[in-house]
Amino acid sequence: MSYSEKLIDHYENPRNIGSLDKNSGDVGTGLVGAPACGDVMKLQIRVGADGLIEDAKFKTFGCGSAIASSSLVTEWVKGKTIDEAETIKNTDIARHLALPPVKIHCSVLAEDAIKAAIADYRAKTAKKIEEPNTEEPRHAAE
Amino acid sequence: MNVIKQIRRNDQPIYLDYQATTPMDPRVLEAMLPYFTYKFGNPHSRSHSYGWEAEEGVEKARGQVAKLIGADEKEVIFTSGATESNNLAIRGVAEFYKDRKNHIVTTVTEHKCVLDTCRHLEQSGFEVTYLPVQKNGLVDLEVLRNAITDKTVVVSIMAVNNEIGVIQPLEEIGRICREKKVFFHTDAAQAAGKIPLDVEKMNIDLMSISGHKIYGPKGIGALYVRRKPRVRLVPLIVGGGQERGFRSGTLPTPLCVGLGEAAEICMKEMDGEAKRLKKLQERMLEGLQSKLTEIVVNGDLEHRIPGNLNISFAYVEGESLMMGIKGLSVSSGSACTSASLEPSYVLRALGVEEEMAHTSLRIGLGRFTTEQEVDTAVDELVRHVNKLRAMSPLWEMAQEGIDLKSIEWAAH
Amino acid sequence: MVTAYSYLDHNATSPLRPAALDAMVEALHAGGNPSSVHRPGRAARARIDKARRQVAALVGALPGEVVFTSGGTEANNIALHGHQRVLVSAIEHESVLKAVPGAACIPVDGNGVLDLAALERMLTSKPSLVSVMFANNETGVIQPIAEVVRLARASGALVHCDAVQAAGKVPVDLHGLGVDYLSLSAHKLGGPTGVGALVVREGVPLVTDRFGGGQESYRRAGTENVAGIAGFGAAAEASRDGLDVAALRERIEASLPGRVYGAAAPRLPNTTCLSMPGVKAETQVMALDLAGVAVSAGSACSSGKVNRSAVLTAMGVEPAEAETAIRISCGWNTVFEDIERLITAWQGLYTRVGRSDITSAARRAA
Repeated sequence: MSYSEKLIDHYENPRNIGSLDKNSGDVGTGLVGAPACGDVMKLQIRVGADGLIEDAKFKTFGCGSAIASSSLVTEWVKGKTIDEAETIKNTDIARHLALPPVKIHCSVLAEDAIKAAIADYRAKTAKKIEEPNTEEPRHAAE
Repeated sequence: MNVIKQIRRNDQPIYLDYQATTPMDPRVLEAMLPYFTYKFGNPHSRSHSYGWEAEEGVEKARGQVAKLIGADEKEVIFTSGATESNNLAIRGVAEFYKDRKNHIVTTVTEHKCVLDTCRHLEQSGFEVTYLPVQKNGLVDLEVLRNAITDKTVVVSIMAVNNEIGVIQPLEEIGRICREKKVFFHTDAAQAAGKIPLDVEKMNIDLMSISGHKIYGPKGIGALYVRRKPRVRLVPLIVGGGQERGFRSGTLPTPLCVGLGEAAEICMKEMDGEAKRLKKLQERMLEGLQSKLTEIVVNGDLEHRIPGNLNISFAYVEGESLMMGIKGLSVSSGSACTSASLEPSYVLRALGVEEEMAHTSLRIGLGRFTTEQEVDTAVDELVRHVNKLRAMSPLWEMAQEGIDLKSIEWAAH
Repeated sequence: MVTAYSYLDHNATSPLRPAALDAMVEALHAGGNPSSVHRPGRAARARIDKARRQVAALVGALPGEVVFTSGGTEANNIALHGHQRVLVSAIEHESVLKAVPGAACIPVDGNGVLDLAALERMLTSKPSLVSVMFANNETGVIQPIAEVVRLARASGALVHCDAVQAAGKVPVDLHGLGVDYLSLSAHKLGGPTGVGALVVREGVPLVTDRFGGGQESYRRAGTENVAGIAGFGAAAEASRDGLDVAALRERIEASLPGRVYGAAAPRLPNTTCLSMPGVKAETQVMALDLAGVAVSAGSACSSGKVNRSAVLTAMGVEPAEAETAIRISCGWNTVFEDIERLITAWQGLYTRVGRSDITSAARRAA
């Protein structure tokens, strides 16, 4: 079992490690996996007023492939709309990092993480529309 | 002939995986070399001096192995390794006595080759009791005593565990087996040459030994088979009838000689080496504990060979840690199963929770480990554990005071 | 070591080829358990993979078809394991004969060649496996394997071929012959003792009888003998062109007057099974050893005393005559000087003992 250079690079120099304020209205958080299964990913996105993902952060408990998959996804989603980000497929991740067959589940988890973050963000925005005193109308007025 | 002057080249990682395999001692290789080249005869050739010379080498080696375990040389047979020895001991004895007895007692933390052999025997009609172990990895003697029935033919309990290095109470187990008149087999692959073993004092009837775990060559092992009272076996490999009929096949003279030499060196240096390794083990553990919090040693520390540590680094996944510490060769779980990504069944048997099992590393120290290597290893482990904790969502939650058990994790 | 000594017992074991020793020393230096995922482990794995390709190339197989074992005996045992109805030739090695105790024996003719007509008749019993060796260890007689495969295939049986003595001496082609299982031993072709292989044609089932780790694709548990396997690979590569010793054997057989068994059949180029009328084989090997020549009586694998050759008996040789046969087997490092030493020693013994023995035997008979 040997790893690709891209994978090793993402493992050794992970991009976008860290956390965003999960209570902030423009941040969506996805937490997937389970400690007992050996991998947990926390992936967060901040969506700008223009609807583009302006920042993404992750923290991962898992093997090198899991770390690399989540690092790669944070790079990919930045600058995309959430609809675009939602189309990222685990197969793209697996192909880009040349994951060995036994590590494909790491890319699946990364896809789940981004989807979970988007769902969380959407749930928050939906709530905001229902409540009148949100910043949403101001954005719309600009 | 000084073949190897240096054990490790500078560009090689520090080897800390002595339970997977050991480097060969240069003295062993030197003893073997003549048997590869000018003493190359077939030890079963009776008609010329090449054969006699090879036979002499084999028989000397047999004596060296016997001496290490307090046996008579006639009781030692050579095999291709501990896996074969374990297969032969358990299946051989079970099948020989199957008309009268059909029950085997073993433990859940045995090496895979013992467990697989037992499972196979279950399929062909035997009953197997897999004893649990206590939290420290040791067998409860009362539980063992109660598991033995009048149908029990053999109790197979390993001397030293390959993952956590704990030493089972062999003398007490032997006493119980003798009292109950059942055979006692012990897989001593990890124990021989490291702790004193005495087949008489411990009432051991069958004992498996591996060459490459005691600084000898791969592809060779031995099985001790007691002669008084006699243990009988159905052979696994039949043919020319070598090795008292227990194991046919041309004996690999250089490998036998290597195993013999390795056994002799172990016996001579056992005391000093154990003391030196104990210091290194303490140095390693103290080094890690002084610089890291939330690390747990798995398995009993007292009843343990000094060359092993098995540590869970909470909130850091073991494989990612292994990938980081490139300068160190260690293993997560045992080598035979570490490619399978499942958390270790040994740790689970100890009651280690799965999330902690995923964070464990096995660190094996041995004859060629130096103090400096231990210090380098501690530094590298600390650096990477800290780095990985900084990116671990679980560590973050724990720091925030969130109880990880309160979260509903979606299993996948 | 006696300098003036000629080793002509290569069918018992062949000295290690230099390339094999080099590969082994290198592997021993490097260490590593091939199941470990770290660098030393992966390097050990790579050595095994290379050897697998080298061994596969020697016998026209795919690397994935090679399962490393502890030797030829184990390979033969595993191949036969799991087969209930088996036909074996009468001249098989003991590791085949004893593996399936109830197996029916296919006879051989006076030249030691398998009786194909008998095989055809016996196939009506619908065996699941036919085991015939490629070349016999005592006489060197090569068996009609392609024919055996054709007949066995027609009746739905698999074929196992013990090629321990043939590989590295004459071309062996697994797929060309259509053989299903092929046994190999490293130390018979200049590799180390303690390692061999069972080559299993793709898609052919193998019932494992050894339990443990998942080594060798779950076909043979146990930590691999890395150095031994590396040495086997190097020896296999070094012996790819076979043995060029036919001229040596011609010289032996032209110079010594004894009867050569299997002379009329195709044989390995290195083996001569030869009688010295009236002189027991044991007497011959002892005398030749004193004269600096190693040969053997019967097969070396019968640990313990030398038994009368079952092979010669199967060929219809009278017991009294069979007891006078020795095996001379050349190898990769045999030179003409060795042959001259043998001839001188043999002839010396023959004039000294042989004739007087014959005379005394005749006297006793009278």
